[in-house]
Amino acid sequence: MKQRPMGDVILDVQNISLSFGGVKALTDISFNVREHEIRAIIGPNGAGKSSMLNCINGVYQPQQGSITFRGQTFHHMNSRQVAEMGVARTFQNLALFKGMSVLDNIMSGRNLKIKSNLLMQALRIGPAEREEIRHREQVERIIDFLEIQAHRKTPVGQLPYGLQKRVDLGRALAMEPQVLLLDEPMAGMNVEEKQDMCRFILDVNDEFGTTVVLIEHDMGVVMDISDRVVVLDYGKKIGDGVPDEVRNNEDVIQAYLGTSH
Amino acid sequence: MAFFLETLLGGLMAGMLYSLVALGFVLIFKASGVFNFAQGAMVLFAALAMARFAEWIPGWTGIDNPIVANIAAFVIAGVVMFVVAWLIERLVLRHLVNQEAATLLMATLGITYFMEGLGQTLFGSDIYKIDVGMPKEPIFVLESMFEGGILVNKEDVIAAAIAAALVAALSLFFQKTSTGRALRAVADDHQAAQSIGIPLNRIWVIVWCVAGVVALVSGMIWGSKLGVQFSLTTVALRALPVVILGGLTSVPGAIIGGLIIGVGEKLSEVFLGPYVGGGIEIWFAYVLALLFLLVRPQGLFGEKIIDRV
Repeated sequence: MKQRPMGDVILDVQNISLSFGGVKALTDISFNVREHEIRAIIGPNGAGKSSMLNCINGVYQPQQGSITFRGQTFHHMNSRQVAEMGVARTFQNLALFKGMSVLDNIMSGRNLKIKSNLLMQALRIGPAEREEIRHREQVERIIDFLEIQAHRKTPVGQLPYGLQKRVDLGRALAMEPQVLLLDEPMAGMNVEEKQDMCRFILDVNDEFGTTVVLIEHDMGVVMDISDRVVVLDYGKKIGDGVPDEVRNNEDVIQAYLGTSH
Repeated sequence: MAFFLETLLGGLMAGMLYSLVALGFVLIFKASGVFNFAQGAMVLFAALAMARFAEWIPGWTGIDNPIVANIAAFVIAGVVMFVVAWLIERLVLRHLVNQEAATLLMATLGITYFMEGLGQTLFGSDIYKIDVGMPKEPIFVLESMFEGGILVNKEDVIAAAIAAALVAALSLFFQKTSTGRALRAVADDHQAAQSIGIPLNRIWVIVWCVAGVVALVSGMIWGSKLGVQFSLTTVALRALPVVILGGLTSVPGAIIGGLIIGVGEKLSEVFLGPYVGGGIEIWFAYVLALLFLLVRPQGLFGEKIIDRV
């Protein structure tokens, strides 16, 4: 098995509850994520996996509980703050800037890092130009890494689905995140595309030491690449541990296969 | 030949001014995906503010110099448009994040009526003058090449130059800066833009401010040509065919669309008019736009939208 240096807890979710009116999406969920690990969140449809990610990402505000990120505790996350602290995400249903080229899409991930002022950027004067070139180099590295060199200038809306998923990942990587939240990165892909995506995720984790939190339905993939797994069902946590523990957990088997009465 | 050139030039000048108004539509659409029905009302509002402040300032401060008064009025009107942009974001758009485009369109329709009413309540509903000291007298150029030269309206030349400068500045802003990229990102996907740390609220204020400045400049130019009055809101209607022709998502499209329509109107009026009894200028743009909708609905430079089913 793979050997990765597992660090301290970087993200700690404590007693999160979230409801929309009368619908309880999440009830008292706690789990933590360690530095450099690949942490999977699994569960049947409607279990609250995406809601969990949206709470971490600041899209939803949970009614109860708190989230500790690198020692700082928050009751409400705010999207911009989260992005600034180094959390990036991809989306279950693609959310790319369709009219923009692959290059611009990935470049937009570096927007927070561009510091020179507007006028200098518009006129491409000295420091602003150097800064642009530096960011562009980073973006080129990501494009090489994801093997989408040929599509640099193509408007994203015209790319096939599998490649769009890569661009989505590329934009998140451009933020140089410490924690990467992936919402079903392999949904709707064929076997070959899934293998590529797995390779990218493992490489990112390996080369940059990025912590990955991942939602996925393909059990083979989850059990293969993740270090620890959280299982949700109907908004409650029913299992948590290394893949083998989870596989043998009675509640988990029931949730997935149903019970005989 | 000289007459043809004269007509052509006149058309280009008029076209530049159409482009300016069309640009207001394109900017907001590109940057927020909203078709801003209120652009015409904003032109009127800005022009009214500018005209009235230029009138009031000498009375308040005792400064008699018309240039100073005009500059001060322009700056104050700019500030007023900034406040308007901020209020629109605060009171309307903030509550409509992630909503359908049609919902946002209806909201701008509401803003239109509100701003038309508010503008006339605050600044009065008479016909006012903006006099920025543009020279009115025509000049003759290229006299060595053609007998009698070509008649050019100086005012039009200056107006076109101002419009061109504004367009150039905005293109740089949109294409070359990180804020420009953020604006385009927000137009495509609110949620994704938020996830990479783009603050939606600030972006919207910026967009509406820019649209406000464009409205102010178009209001100033059109106002000094036609007088500041309610009919300025219909200037926006003249810009609709331009937007359809050039494409709703393209800044260069707005410019070229404006020029085509300006030139087309003038040339067809002069050269086709006699055969059909004249009056072509009034409907030419709309018919052209209609043809474009049939043949190339995304306009000359717009993005082709393909929906996968």
